[in-house]
Amino acid sequence: MTFTFLILAVIILGSALAAALRPNLIHCALLLVVSWLGVAGFYLWAGAEFVAFAQVLVYVGALSMVVLFAVLLTRQSRAELRVDAPETRRAVWAVIAGVAVSGVIGAAVFATKWDPAPVTAPEVTVRGLGLELMGAHAAALLLLGVLLTAALLGAVVLAAPDRPEKEEKS
Amino acid sequence: MLGSGILQGLLVTAKNFVGSFHDPARYTTLEYPEVKPALPEAYRNFPFLVCDNATDPLGTLRCVACQICEKECPPQCIYIEKSRDKKPDATGKPQIYPAVFAIDTSVCMSCQICVEVCPFDAIKMDQVFEVATTDRYAALLLDRGQLTKPNTYFHTIHPTEAAEVDARLAADRQAAEEKARVAALAKAKAPAAPQAPAAPVAKRDQTPESAP
Amino acid sequence: MIAAALTTDSFLERLPVLARDTVTGRLPESWRWMAGSLLEIIAILAGFGLLFAYLTLAERKILGRIQNRPGPNRTGWFGLLQPFADGVKALTKEDVVPAGADRVLHFLAPVVLVAVSLLGFAVLPFGRHLVAVELDTAVLYFFAAGTATELAVFMAGWASHNKYSLLAAMRALAQLISYELPLLLSVVPVVLVAGTLSTTKIVAAQGGWSLGFVPHWHVFTPWGAAGFVLFMVAALAESNRSPFDLPEAESELIAGHLTEYSGFKYALFFMAEYFGMCALSGMAVTLFLGGWGAPLAQLEWIPSYAWFTAKLLVLLLGFIWIRATLPRLRLDQLMKFAWKFLVPLTLLNLANAAGWSLTAGWTGPLQLVRWAVALALVAVPFVVLGRTLSAGSAPRTYRFA
Repeated sequence: MTFTFLILAVIILGSALAAALRPNLIHCALLLVVSWLGVAGFYLWAGAEFVAFAQVLVYVGALSMVVLFAVLLTRQSRAELRVDAPETRRAVWAVIAGVAVSGVIGAAVFATKWDPAPVTAPEVTVRGLGLELMGAHAAALLLLGVLLTAALLGAVVLAAPDRPEKEEKS
Repeated sequence: MLGSGILQGLLVTAKNFVGSFHDPARYTTLEYPEVKPALPEAYRNFPFLVCDNATDPLGTLRCVACQICEKECPPQCIYIEKSRDKKPDATGKPQIYPAVFAIDTSVCMSCQICVEVCPFDAIKMDQVFEVATTDRYAALLLDRGQLTKPNTYFHTIHPTEAAEVDARLAADRQAAEEKARVAALAKAKAPAAPQAPAAPVAKRDQTPESAP
Repeated sequence: MIAAALTTDSFLERLPVLARDTVTGRLPESWRWMAGSLLEIIAILAGFGLLFAYLTLAERKILGRIQNRPGPNRTGWFGLLQPFADGVKALTKEDVVPAGADRVLHFLAPVVLVAVSLLGFAVLPFGRHLVAVELDTAVLYFFAAGTATELAVFMAGWASHNKYSLLAAMRALAQLISYELPLLLSVVPVVLVAGTLSTTKIVAAQGGWSLGFVPHWHVFTPWGAAGFVLFMVAALAESNRSPFDLPEAESELIAGHLTEYSGFKYALFFMAEYFGMCALSGMAVTLFLGGWGAPLAQLEWIPSYAWFTAKLLVLLLGFIWIRATLPRLRLDQLMKFAWKFLVPLTLLNLANAAGWSLTAGWTGPLQLVRWAVALALVAVPFVVLGRTLSAGSAPRTYRFA
């Protein structure tokens, strides 16, 4: 089991590192997808099937597309897909941001009191999931819903033609 | 209602599918090498030379090497050399004949002008379409022997035209005979009577196995 | 597996399991699960590989007949060896990679596509005892595995270094993402009513007959029928089949993201397309058509996997029939159809299914009310949406044709 975990860790961290270092943005995005897949594999290893498949569905299926579309739609030519050699200023900011994020996460991890007793993965039922989502996490679900609706409306406003179609025809 | 057009379309394709199994009017494919197509009578591709007797194709050529077709041919694919001696033709008149008659089928454009201009009905259009050779130069240049085909073959591929041609030739022959007879009668009144031409004409009338 | 059930089943029903057990029985205990899994993988690969081969032949022959021509009939008896001739042809063709292509991604794209499209078969219950992997979240797994095809399409389009490939890949992605929504939303009602994400349990929930001859398949309920049709339409689009074959529209985009592929890589793309079609059809059978269940109790002596195969083949023939009938959609029509028609209908269908499962206890005349309301919730939105969307565009009159 530890061996599997090690392989997963190498895949996740290795592809993440490669994504950070590759000069080609598309390669970076695809390597990021590999990293996400590794995380899904980690969830599977930990016995959380539902989370693992949801991770694949959301991250590999949807988020990767958003990233790739963003890259392709904001670059004019293939040459611009190349990222310049790291500038010192950018590298410093990247390190500061990285340290800050990992500090927050690390603090949260170390502040939690872990119960080392072995836990068997609970059986996932749709009913149980629904009750959990609509009960304990209702607020988060609603907030996410509002956020996504706002994003959707924004996309519609951006994509909609300025004039109604009938005027265009005449 | 939305979707009714899709259902109608599906019905059409289903009818086609079922119909192709039992309705020959729908299923028109001929599986070619095994099933030969029935060519329409007017179909034509390359010219051939007509002879009257299948047993002696080169001896009974209708062509008299007048070279009209050679001159009229738009792509200039016909080559003719006249003979030095003369042989009697279909109507019994002594005529020269083609010593060399060659058509380059890679140049021929199947326009049928040679057939239209020939005064002797000696060149007609063929219906062979399975023409393939392994040699693109010599094998595509057809000589006199390869071009000559009997009148019976002409009847099988273009029956209407062949019958018409035969009738016209017979009429010509009869007219020539009549003329010869009148001439002979006129000659008979005169002291000397050369009867030589009449006999071979009559004989030649028997020989063509072209009676449809 | 369930030993008690095994003994009561007929011999034919148990045959695949028995065959597996005789092979794995010779191995030491610790190797058995691995050998069993390998056998299952081989069976799926061989079975669906052959199905793919003969599906291409069936498609060509049926399309031929519909267009009043015989279709391929030269290679072997009735053309039965045609798929193998095609395979040899694809293998012996030159594999051209464009000079400017990203060689690694260009190679990976077809491989990833085929690998991903095979993943879905793992959770399909082909028969009473025939499911490769029993997962509690099988439906979610199935669609999660399917989403990675989009990445492969993008890789193919981008790595080819060809502007038409890239444009077509973007179109393909827009299509795949748009139709993923109605595809998933049309599955949710089934999960809602069956109360589980496990494919085996969904099939089990559709067992039994009412009145002795109407099977409890989901397709025989109003929301199920609507869901089935919506699912199949979205599945057509997800597997890039006509009339939604815009990504590889031969007449407009050369061959879309496949333009720069040749030889066996090109064949791999088609393999993935047919695998995807088979997997989605198998999912439709599982979710709506009662899976491996027999339509009548008297016909249960026919083994369950035969029923599954029969239903699968019927759906696949439907795919071919539709391909022979409908012309290709335009891109804006495609998007309009997905977002303005399919998505609202699937959402309404979800509400319909929720109402159906809430009113499960109604009996007597109330049941008539239940059916009437459910039917109205399917029919009225369909007619109203259809009218408003096609207003002004249909029926078309051809004045100069």
